[in-house]
Amino acid sequence: MTRYAMVIDTRTCIGCGDCVVACKTENKVPEGLNRDWIVEATRGTYPNLTTEFRSERCNHCSNPTCVTLCPTGASHTWKDTNIVLVAAEKCTGCKACIAACPYDARLVMHPDGYIDKCTFCHHRVEEGLDPACVSSCPTHCMHFGSLDDPGSIVSKLLKTRNHKVLHPGTGNEPNVYYLT
Amino acid sequence: MNEELLVTARANDLIDPSLQIWTWEVAMYLFLGGVTAGIMIFAAVVALMKRDETAPFAATRLALLAPIVLSLGMTTLFLDLEHKLYAFRFYTTFLVLSPMSSGACILLIIYPVSFLQILSTLRRGAPQAGEFVDRLAMGRAITDWCERYRREISLVALPAGVLLGVYTAILLSAFSARPFWNTGVLAPLFLVSGLSTAAALVALLTRDHGERAWFTRIDIVLIIVELVLVALFLINLATGSAKQIEALECCVMGGPYTFAFWVLFVGIGLLIPLVLEIMEMRGLGKPLALAAAVLVLFGGYTLRYVMVEVGQESTWTRYPTQYNAELLERLDR
Repeated sequence: MTRYAMVIDTRTCIGCGDCVVACKTENKVPEGLNRDWIVEATRGTYPNLTTEFRSERCNHCSNPTCVTLCPTGASHTWKDTNIVLVAAEKCTGCKACIAACPYDARLVMHPDGYIDKCTFCHHRVEEGLDPACVSSCPTHCMHFGSLDDPGSIVSKLLKTRNHKVLHPGTGNEPNVYYLT
Repeated sequence: MNEELLVTARANDLIDPSLQIWTWEVAMYLFLGGVTAGIMIFAAVVALMKRDETAPFAATRLALLAPIVLSLGMTTLFLDLEHKLYAFRFYTTFLVLSPMSSGACILLIIYPVSFLQILSTLRRGAPQAGEFVDRLAMGRAITDWCERYRREISLVALPAGVLLGVYTAILLSAFSARPFWNTGVLAPLFLVSGLSTAAALVALLTRDHGERAWFTRIDIVLIIVELVLVALFLINLATGSAKQIEALECCVMGGPYTFAFWVLFVGIGLLIPLVLEIMEMRGLGKPLALAAAVLVLFGGYTLRYVMVEVGQESTWTRYPTQYNAELLERLDR
């Protein structure tokens, strides 16, 4: 299985939101819905404050509970990878996957009613391109690649930089990493 | 200070600011599924104990309610689906690790078993329907067969009912992303609640005083067991992970659902009917028993409603600010 990961440098992210716009444009996400978003995390006591910007989305977990709990197989992993997709023609809109996601990263597609989410732009990955959000990042703080390839940019960054994932305690083994 | 704010828009409908994916439709299905489980179990137990004389309603007519109640529940469940035309997909795959898929399979077992259970006492429970079925040669043959094998049918209906009662809870407890649901105590709690509501239904509908008294006694025991399970559930959360403690504190110990949990469910749905049923046992009469039964049914629904709502409030991810469309409108002015 190819394990794709996204590595985002919180030290160079400025929270501009271009990744959010790129995703909406590339994937024609309807108005009012978002597959990715930006969080500004502030820690400390004034005047000793630190701020971190995080571009967040589906973590394409190695242990995706949304896929396990989906009753129809609509939520599935793409080919032999960890990229989690939803097959609209199999989705009943029961919303079990939404409840199963610890990151609240899924959405109900309007007006159709099937469940939608970040796809790591698998249609671009298939052509050897980066996801739209990664390609559009003006500070080049976002990186994408395979963790199975020790020479990939994501493998190299994770080997040399301090990093974290969100809510590792869920046991879902997320694959979006944040360099700190 | 440890503050996490959303700085781009995220107002995904039903997900932000906190999950609202399941409301009364799912709570009603979980409640009616539990009642159906209780109905099948009691009908089977009465048949196996050969209590037809002392429990005439439960022995002959109670089972008739099972498919009606379950179908009502499945209707509300269907109403909850967002992509309704694809509901048939529940029956094109079987995924054993998905409780919803297993549940769809359990429902496929429940209906035929329930119909066999009904046929085994149809001629006594609903003579007019019995006569109608007897007009058809095949109907007569099947009814004869069901009457002959009533004990064996009951031996199948009993575990089928337990399975139905337990699965509705496993469905919720399997969500590791929702710390409030993520406990195994939910399964016996929902099963006992289902049995209690079914016992209340018998007490409400039977015309036999002895049967009402018997089921009231059963219900007293069930309510006490349910209270113990509620205590275990709370202890489980209070001694669980940080997220479970947080879920308990924000929702049941001083949050928006505290009133519903303690007053509506524990107070009006369990303690008051328990007192009323004990008073009835001391000879204080039928109106009390009927009031108690109605309150038990109310409590059964409230339990499901509170569980469904609070579980969605409990989360790993919470951002204090949310996209507010009204703010944009103010800019235009």
